[in-house]
Amino acid sequence: MAKRFKSDLKHSDVTPQKHFLNRRNLIIGAGVLGAGAVAGTAFGTLGAKPAVAEGALDLTPNTLKEISSYNNYYEFGASKTDPAKYAHTLTTDPWSVKIDGLVEKPGTYDLADILKNADLEERIYRFRCVEAWSMVVPWLGFELASLLNRVGVQSKAKYVAFETLFRPDEMPAQKTSVLDWPYVEGLRLDEAMNPLTILASGLYGKELPKQNGAPLRLVVPWKYGFKSIKSIVRISLVEEMPPTTWNTVGPNEYGFYSNVNPEVDHRRWSQASERLIGGGIFAKRQPTLKFNGYEEQVADLYTGMDLAKNY
Amino acid sequence: MINVLNAKLRSIPAWAVYILGTLPFLWLVYLLFSGGLGVDPVKALERGVGLIGLKFLVAGLAITPLRKFLGLNLLKFRRAVGLLAFFYVSLHLTVWLALDIQFFWGEIWADIIKRPYITIGMGAFVLMIPLAVTSNNRVLSKIGPVRWRRLHALTYPVLILAGVHYALIGKVWQIQALVYLLGIVILLLTRVRFAKCCSWIWQKVTPAT
Repeated sequence: MAKRFKSDLKHSDVTPQKHFLNRRNLIIGAGVLGAGAVAGTAFGTLGAKPAVAEGALDLTPNTLKEISSYNNYYEFGASKTDPAKYAHTLTTDPWSVKIDGLVEKPGTYDLADILKNADLEERIYRFRCVEAWSMVVPWLGFELASLLNRVGVQSKAKYVAFETLFRPDEMPAQKTSVLDWPYVEGLRLDEAMNPLTILASGLYGKELPKQNGAPLRLVVPWKYGFKSIKSIVRISLVEEMPPTTWNTVGPNEYGFYSNVNPEVDHRRWSQASERLIGGGIFAKRQPTLKFNGYEEQVADLYTGMDLAKNY
Repeated sequence: MINVLNAKLRSIPAWAVYILGTLPFLWLVYLLFSGGLGVDPVKALERGVGLIGLKFLVAGLAITPLRKFLGLNLLKFRRAVGLLAFFYVSLHLTVWLALDIQFFWGEIWADIIKRPYITIGMGAFVLMIPLAVTSNNRVLSKIGPVRWRRLHALTYPVLILAGVHYALIGKVWQIQALVYLLGIVILLLTRVRFAKCCSWIWQKVTPAT
């Protein structure tokens, strides 16, 4: 089994959110003086965020407000602010996950049972959206590999397929055909077993907000955000590469792999750089890192592959 | 009824439209400073001014059909509407260059050349420049109304390009953008001189006697 990934940083190592916010205010106060109070939100982090080069390596988490008010979760609407507005209608308890396909112990697992057996830990990861913005998120989760090992993966399995809940009564946009529902995603088995790949059930040490994919979501930090499927109800071990939602929508624009790669552009925009959310209007753009900065941990998964072809 | 309205409208000076037209801009500035633009103010501002620009463009295009079909005469406000559109589109471009892409010239050139929606958007902006520059009485009297009007027919391609630019931005087809595009197409169709082209076809199919 691969070596477990250990983050050098814990949430407690960074400035607590409360103080972080206070620090911002101090900076605003010092910098903008009189106009500080109103200028706060727009220019607040002008001084707090570092410049281009070190910016990409900075792992100061975004605030809970930023992380939970700027989401792509099309089940609740296509606007970034829709999920925070509408996701409260989702019932996340009771919740179970069906694990089937090429596994030794298929079945419907209750979420409480999954979490009871999980080794929950904090992982502060960069999160890079395919739309060229990014955040840093302190997830609470456990390695997907541990769950897969628990249910026993059969040797014929090559891929893992994931499925989001389909419940139009609680997920209003599922009544429209903006995407083919339910949302589906997939990973190659070795990607799924990589110690960086986690299932998250929390954020900032608390329960995952519903707009962030409660109660259980995937997090694959070296891939574009849409690979990290939310509100998972089914995990299937399969032999063939499974269909994935965005790839179905635009095969030219969204590949199965969708690894973060500044050298391979989206058909309609460059992926060379990104805007880190939370820096106000003058926040510096920062260069995007290959595999979102996790090259050391995951590059060997793709040895010999043409990443421009397998985008 | 429409005559009363037209008479009322005649008494409103065109500068009032300039003042009203800057209100959305001031509103966005207020939102920016009060945090109302959310956690990604750059995108919100960029999208905001872009959409307002498109609305003014569409409004300018609607003025002639409104007169033609409803008898509503807004002609005296058209220059103000057009220049306001140019103001917002320029802001849109400025926000993109300065705050979004931040003068990463390599990426800017690559985007303009390689990415259709940016190429199209830039095309629309470039075509608007001669229109904005000639939107004053001095130039109008200098080049004469015929040539001036011919030049200002550039608004039609500008509208098409702007509508397509907006429709191509989303990851999926956004209903709102498609509604704008459809509206633009319908407004442009009203400008086709049906009478003229019908009579031309009529002449073609009826043998001369």
